[in-house]
Amino acid sequence: MLEGRDGPAVQRAMDLLRRYGEALGAERLVDTNNVTGTIGATTPFMRDFASQRGGMDAIFSEFNLDSPEVVKVPKVKVFSSHLQQGIDPLHAERQGLSQEVVQLFRKGEAFSAGLGVQLMNTCTPYQVGNIPVKGEHCAWMESSAVIYCNSVLGARTNAEGRESSGAAMLTGKIPYWGYHLDENRYGTHLVELEIDVESTADWGLLGYYVGEIVQDRNPVLTGIKHVPNLPRLKHFGAAASSSGGVEMYHLVGITPEARTLEEAFGPRKPELTIRYGAAERRLAYERVNASARDSEIQFVMLGCPHYTIEQIWEVCRLLEGKRVREGVGLWIFTPRAIKQLADQNGYTKIIEDAGGFLMSDTCSAMARAVPKGTKVAAFDSVKQSHYLPAIMGIQGWFGSTAECVEAAVTGRWRGDLE
Amino acid sequence: MKPIFLRGRKVVGGVAEGEALVTRERISGWGGIDPRTGTIIETRHELKGQSFKGKVLVFPGAKGSSGWSAQFHLARLTGAAPLALLFNEMTTKIALGAVVMHAPALTEFDRDPLEVIETGDWVKVDADRGVVEITKKAQRRNAA
Repeated sequence: MLEGRDGPAVQRAMDLLRRYGEALGAERLVDTNNVTGTIGATTPFMRDFASQRGGMDAIFSEFNLDSPEVVKVPKVKVFSSHLQQGIDPLHAERQGLSQEVVQLFRKGEAFSAGLGVQLMNTCTPYQVGNIPVKGEHCAWMESSAVIYCNSVLGARTNAEGRESSGAAMLTGKIPYWGYHLDENRYGTHLVELEIDVESTADWGLLGYYVGEIVQDRNPVLTGIKHVPNLPRLKHFGAAASSSGGVEMYHLVGITPEARTLEEAFGPRKPELTIRYGAAERRLAYERVNASARDSEIQFVMLGCPHYTIEQIWEVCRLLEGKRVREGVGLWIFTPRAIKQLADQNGYTKIIEDAGGFLMSDTCSAMARAVPKGTKVAAFDSVKQSHYLPAIMGIQGWFGSTAECVEAAVTGRWRGDLE
Repeated sequence: MKPIFLRGRKVVGGVAEGEALVTRERISGWGGIDPRTGTIIETRHELKGQSFKGKVLVFPGAKGSSGWSAQFHLARLTGAAPLALLFNEMTTKIALGAVVMHAPALTEFDRDPLEVIETGDWVKVDADRGVVEITKKAQRRNAA
């Protein structure tokens, strides 16, 4: 492939993987048949780049292959899923985008589909048909999906980037390094829970606290009294990969490589033991809310990582018989396929009747989109609270889903740590 | 005082020199920097508001979103990327980011660059030979 017998795009892909593997110090590449990545071009910079340099092939060449020369991109070689995009084409106007941008998005979408990339358009491919099996070598991008893939599913991936996942789509190869190897998957830090962690918000706070301490190492958690479900682990992982760079964790007795404490640590000894009690929870809450001061809010954003159907249903029940306050935006984000399910279930209508919107394909942070005039926002996601205030220069409150829905209805933030 | 020398492993080859910008905190790419200006934007980061454009960036490593490489890739295209990278912790984010930035980069040093280099020091990076030459800020002032 490196010699060019499979064409210039595959040659460029192999050249990038060779340079990347050398930078890592990887000995070889490993075969993969499961890649998630992003090849869309909807940010202002990418849109200009596409229109000036020759469309989607030029975008893929530069941003997915690190090739200054524009190469014709062939169909992907292996199973490839598209992650979240930069806009929701059905809510473009509300997100402050022109029809011209929507046309570019559609062009990019047709390009991706033509290459054979599945248009899942979500940060949670594991919700909509891409669930790798234990031990499967993957090349996934999106930190919250990577940590879920390694920790909850027991499949093997590093946090790939836009360029490496693009190259993997065309070659079915990725450097054999990091989390592909047994020795790097064992626990490094022991986390002992001294309080009961049950709600989704609490799992988010726990992830934020642990991530900041262990950074990019592998925490092992003990003392879990309630087995968490998908939304809770989705929030935990997203938080831990935002405050630190956690790509793998173990929950003793729950996750697949941690049936026991001994299995989780393998030949290693914990480098550090961390206790998580009421004081640590309070500290995490204060850190997540570092940007927030004013109680009057203009925006409530839910669905980071993309909501499950269960979470949408929860919001519907909280909203029932209420109305979102005039001048406040309520935007909820979910994968496109789950949006369809919500449409069928009547949930989209319940949300819209209350004055909110169920959106798909993107999120506020990806789209850099908030309702006009937003100065203060509220989130039930630690990850969005960490990123969106920094990206948009706004204040952001973090709290439970119920507190967020109440804020959307009253226009005031009354959340507090119980 | 003579210049100080460090030796490390080549991540990306090339030669560059410039003023150092040093942080003991890891850096987020996506959501952590503005790739149009090279400014750190993370809310609680010690370098918040400062730009690495045209600097030799000395830091522990990368953290956060897997959009790390794409953000630094954009920074290269807008002319806001660092001149060179010196870091301690190897991750896929930083390896790929360094590769697509086309900037000389080194890691695995014989001495911790965070202990030796301060913001404002003049740093020559020869990644092909794996050598970093540091002239301390105080000396530069005396020379001027």
